[in-house]
Amino acid sequence: MKIRIRILSILAPIIALFTAVLICSAILNFIDRDPVETFRSMFEYGTSGKSIVSIINRSVPLYISAVAVAVGFKMGLFNIGVEGQYLLGALLAAAFGSYFALPPAFHILFILFVASLSSGLWAGIAGYLKVKKGIHEVISTIMLNYIGTGIIAYLLAQVFFEKDENDSLKVPQTNYLPESGQIPPLNNLLGIEDLPNLHGFVIGAIFIGIFYYWLIWKTSLGYDLRATGSNPIAAKFSGADPAKMVILAMLISGAIAGMVGMSGLTGYYHRYTIDFTSGLGFVGIGVALLGRNHPIGMALGAILISFLERSSQILDLKDVPKEIERIMQGIIILFVVIGYEIVRRYVLTSQIKEASKEVLNE
Amino acid sequence: MSFALKVINISKSFPGVLANDKINIEIPSGTIHAIVGENGAGKSTLMKIIYGMISPDSGKISVSEKEKKFSSPKDAIKAGIGMVHQHFMLADNLTVLENVILGIENATLRNINKKKFKNEILEISDKYGMPLNPNTTIDELGVGEKQRVEIIKVLYRGAKILILDEPTAVLVPQEVNELFENLNNLKNQGVTIIFISHKLDEVIEIADGISVMRGGKHVGTVDAKTVSKSELAEMMIGKSLPKIPKRTSLPTNEICLEVSSLSGEKLDSKEPFKDINFILNKGEILGIAGVEGNGQRELTESILGIYPLSQGTITVDGINIDNMATRQRRSLGINFIPEDRQTQGLVMDNSLIENAMLGRQNKDMYKTKFKSVNFKNSRKFSNKIIDQYDVRTPNSSTLALALSGGNQQKFVVGRELEDNPSLLVASQPTRGIDIGAQSLIWEELREARDAGLGVLLISADLEELLGLSDRLLVMYEGKIVKELLPEDATPELLGAYMTGLK
Repeated sequence: MKIRIRILSILAPIIALFTAVLICSAILNFIDRDPVETFRSMFEYGTSGKSIVSIINRSVPLYISAVAVAVGFKMGLFNIGVEGQYLLGALLAAAFGSYFALPPAFHILFILFVASLSSGLWAGIAGYLKVKKGIHEVISTIMLNYIGTGIIAYLLAQVFFEKDENDSLKVPQTNYLPESGQIPPLNNLLGIEDLPNLHGFVIGAIFIGIFYYWLIWKTSLGYDLRATGSNPIAAKFSGADPAKMVILAMLISGAIAGMVGMSGLTGYYHRYTIDFTSGLGFVGIGVALLGRNHPIGMALGAILISFLERSSQILDLKDVPKEIERIMQGIIILFVVIGYEIVRRYVLTSQIKEASKEVLNE
Repeated sequence: MSFALKVINISKSFPGVLANDKINIEIPSGTIHAIVGENGAGKSTLMKIIYGMISPDSGKISVSEKEKKFSSPKDAIKAGIGMVHQHFMLADNLTVLENVILGIENATLRNINKKKFKNEILEISDKYGMPLNPNTTIDELGVGEKQRVEIIKVLYRGAKILILDEPTAVLVPQEVNELFENLNNLKNQGVTIIFISHKLDEVIEIADGISVMRGGKHVGTVDAKTVSKSELAEMMIGKSLPKIPKRTSLPTNEICLEVSSLSGEKLDSKEPFKDINFILNKGEILGIAGVEGNGQRELTESILGIYPLSQGTITVDGINIDNMATRQRRSLGINFIPEDRQTQGLVMDNSLIENAMLGRQNKDMYKTKFKSVNFKNSRKFSNKIIDQYDVRTPNSSTLALALSGGNQQKFVVGRELEDNPSLLVASQPTRGIDIGAQSLIWEELREARDAGLGVLLISADLEELLGLSDRLLVMYEGKIVKELLPEDATPELLGAYMTGLK
């Protein structure tokens, strides 16, 4: 029984993936492109050494973003504001981190701390508004995204700007982090030389995944969080303080969101510029759905999305519209969600069946 | 005499309960017929059957002497039966007119002929003397007016038989008077009204005939003009003396729970309970009797720190808990069997293992050395409950959701009794479960009492109260109106105090 459920939960996303491939094949066929050839070249390109490094690098922030969203989901909160939270956190971390140099490890920890603190507090505003004023977190986090973007633009232009050589023009970007604030790539450590840099913050993402698992499934705070997420009334009767839980969950979700920009900041930009990668907060929602808020599921989800994004780059050369990759992403997420729901219902009905058998067996 | 509605031999059972047991009721056309009974007596099941929401296991329904079979409320509406639910089903941001026609118009792109509908609605509201402005939006209306919209909505669909489910529960006295005026108008126009309630004064005032239900059975139908309130109370509560053999116990003189001058914060401009004083000793079961909705629920929740107090103090084992949060109270060993196990006592999506520690998750035994959650002990505890309370489940990893109601209740009771509570507040501990489970729970409650536990027992089941309690308090309209010993309590006497006759 248990094994059958395990198999089903693994099978569901695989079936979803195949369905997506089938539908996309039909679309490709319709626009007169050879689906087999298209997928073959995507696969080939996507599994080259260069691509694998790039996929892992891209997965890191996606994964962290998904974990941030998942913390909210577990508590029944929809944190759409990861986007604004991580960008604001990254800017402040870049700005403060570039002011002075510290011993390497401390400097990096300081940068990470500033990022999580500012992102956490920014998300905390939404928690506070929900508790005190009854404003739904979806509304407030969307609005905070807008406000955050505005604040970032202002800070970049007026406060943390860089002067050009003549000291006259303001360039909207922070100063570079000193070397002590940069996380070195892992290439030397792993002995991979002829490939692009593998970001050192991969390790950070793994830690965040472990932290998430420990927090949600192993601590009594996590127990309260999950209980409140699925039945706030029973949780309240059990002694959990719902208001406190909402604020805490938003703070934690935001603090994790603060880590989303850190691989980019400490790994290769080394400063906050207007080109800083954006949009990771929204993709993270999809990844959390794909991985069903499970620490390993989300890792696989992040890798899958990164793989699709990377491998689709070959399509331009093959004269296939790149948008097919977007369609595939959407279809996969949709079907995975449907698949999980089917599995969930199956598990439930079979459990009810077994339980009622117990009642009948006098 | 012609009958608008006949219920013939209707039976319906749910797992573990017989909700309706061969019910026979005849309702003459153009009368107001009340159906009374305590919660759980089977009134709402019967109404749901009449309205086609659930189908009976056996029996028939005839409308205007013609036999009907309803497979959904749509069929019932077609047969001229309409229902006004206790909780209004109105779209707040739409107008009265839009709400009335909601669901009648097929969703098409054509313009709605508002003028025609408006005239029709005004015609009905004129005919039955229920003034309404079709253009106001629902959220501008008071509760009484919303109810009027619900009634017009039903009449507009051609109902000749109107079922009102506890219509006065949400109304203030003036609104009740208005409603009764409206109902009498409707009656004079030939509409038959079925009025469900447990408020005896109102029923005697408004109804022509009254059918009383108790424990899923139809006890009898009486004429409202000749019946007295105490006769009705007796029928509703039952004359049978407790079947639970009384067992002597020796309450100690050690105080377990003391509440003094306790009043709850106002809810809908009324204090749910007021100036409550009592002492519960260790080794004692103190029963609180009362018709539901007289403040018992809020009182018990205030002991757990859920319902806010406006004044008064609570001490448990000599410790003042007034300023403690629910969690601190829980860790003192104040255990609670909530009346609604599914929403208040269990996280339905979680396994029994996880549910076993709900409410005590902060105790040391559920923490490992590294302060993380100790599911091992939780599994042990859940297995203990499953064994000792005969919870029918494949194993402890089963979701709470998968269990039947009685088994969920046994699990909750076991959890609250088996971890050395210092005080147990038990609210309706055996509601809605089968007899086997019930006697098991009664036995466990008594054993815990004999072992020195103080139990505050709130129940709508008088048999349970009289059989288990060492002392009884009667609550009426938020106040304790009487303290008595179960030996001295007859159902008549209790019924009188519970309904405010004495």
